Amino acid sequence: MSAVDAAFVRRSPPKGAGFDPIFKWTCAFAATVLLASLTGIVIALAIGGAPAFAKFGFGFFTNSHWNPVTEVYGAEGPIVGTLISAILALIFSLPIAFGVAVFLVEFCPGPLRRPIGVAVELLAGIPSIVYGMWGLFVFAPLFAQYVQLPLMTAAPPGSIWDTLTQGTPNGANIFTASIILAIMILPYMAAVLRDLFLTVPVHLRESGYGMGSTTFEVITSITLPYVRRSAIGAVMLGLGRALGETMAVTFVIGNSHLLPKSLFDSGSTIASTIANEFNESTTDMHTASLIALGLVLFLITFVVLAIARALLGADKTA
Amino acid sequence: MASLKKSIRSAGNGVFIGLCFIATVLALAVLTVILWTLVVKGAGGVNLHVFTMSTPASGSEGGLLNAIVGSIIMCSIGMVIAVLFGVLAGTWLAEYGRNHWYAETVRFVNDILLSAPSVLVGLVVFEFLVVPFHGASALAGSVALALVAVPIITRTTEDVLKLQPSALRESGVALGTPLWTTIRQVLWKSAGAGILTGGLLAFARISGETAPLIFTAGGNQFFSLKLDHEMASLPTVIFNFALSAYDDLVRLAWTASLIVAVAVLAANILARTITRERRP
Repeated sequence: MSAVDAAFVRRSPPKGAGFDPIFKWTCAFAATVLLASLTGIVIALAIGGAPAFAKFGFGFFTNSHWNPVTEVYGAEGPIVGTLISAILALIFSLPIAFGVAVFLVEFCPGPLRRPIGVAVELLAGIPSIVYGMWGLFVFAPLFAQYVQLPLMTAAPPGSIWDTLTQGTPNGANIFTASIILAIMILPYMAAVLRDLFLTVPVHLRESGYGMGSTTFEVITSITLPYVRRSAIGAVMLGLGRALGETMAVTFVIGNSHLLPKSLFDSGSTIASTIANEFNESTTDMHTASLIALGLVLFLITFVVLAIARALLGADKTA
Repeated sequence: MASLKKSIRSAGNGVFIGLCFIATVLALAVLTVILWTLVVKGAGGVNLHVFTMSTPASGSEGGLLNAIVGSIIMCSIGMVIAVLFGVLAGTWLAEYGRNHWYAETVRFVNDILLSAPSVLVGLVVFEFLVVPFHGASALAGSVALALVAVPIITRTTEDVLKLQPSALRESGVALGTPLWTTIRQVLWKSAGAGILTGGLLAFARISGETAPLIFTAGGNQFFSLKLDHEMASLPTVIFNFALSAYDDLVRLAWTASLIVAVAVLAANILARTITRERRP
């Protein structure tokens, strides 16, 4: 019996090992497709919108006349409308989402915690067109009758209230759109904030209570500082959603391209303008201007989402 | 003095607790009202015609058959494309790319795509697949939906694969199994429920998407199975009928909304039960 020869134990490579690199490169290809699609989006929007930028130059951003008949396109109205409606929506929904998240983490009775949490998550998945239907047929008429009209008649002429509440009392205005947007992003933000609050180590919160802090003090001086960057990231994610939201807004914003003069004035957002006009665009310049609007929207959301992503990761490494 | 401070603190805390409670009640109330309206207005229009007849012109009888079939076809094709690319891309990120700079870039891009406005996806697919072929088509609509779904599936696949213990990979190596066989037969199997959940969530998302479809798939009044022609879908029907001035069409839009919402909720709940069962 001799020692086993090294050459004897060497065996052929396992069956199918030849496909290893092929599989690896197929996977890498799929990942590259993702990269390519984002690049494709940017390039397609830039090329498609180029004629509009070339013709109107910087005036595209500062002109508030959007007129398909005279072929003059200025995007100030939709851009301002997008920013105002998204920021208003955030202002409406943030305190409520915060309250829901705190309630779920701190006070909610055990048996209710899961059902309410699940309900909030499920509602975050309801398609925006459903919110749009509700806004158009249920909320807008009620809002016009019980909020808009009384406020308009009650406002003293010439005062700031009068300026803010001008408009046609039909419920289709920037303010209504912001409220619908707020309702839409509320479940989403509440769910994200709740998950963030749950990442705070229990012993930190308990030591706060042990020192005699009230719940309010624990939230403001322990929970919030612990998650502050991520929380801002979560808020930015909500903002990103509100900026790009199309259907819910299109139904209730009134679709006027002028610069909104008051909170109750009808307006438009970039997304709603594209959704409404793209299929009916008559001339090449109209199409190009709509695509240019798309590029503007992409750039705005890109910045917001990039900030959100940077902030959301920040607390984990700290 | 001390007791005054204490009572101020506890009063402030009471107010805070009350506000949180009110916020929760308010949020749940509003969302319940929305769902309730949907059920009341939508259920009234549900009858057999909805599932057996195509969309009508105003004044004549009709249903949603073409839209339902169109939605199912386009979502299915979209999901096939999205699962193919999403699972492979997610696998690459979790198993091969890891911390490589290219993987970080792809991860960043995926996060952006995940929350990018879907109306832009519609615009871009219009430029690439509708303009060159001179007309909207069901296929273009499917591709647009796939683009919306891919980032979700990529993300969940990567997350679930990263959760698998490295002992699984090591046991594959110890047996002399090629890596790709280990991934296919061990990792994908043990991560299966998680990937399925991601797929269901993506399906729930795209079945309600309207914006990517209105430019790419167009609309079709009639029943059609042709992939190179315009095809109706539930969300686009809701969009067109809700903004029409006819009561019967608006009623049909409510019914369509109810169907979409029920489908989305069902997919979400199914996804939730799958992951819950697997959790020890």
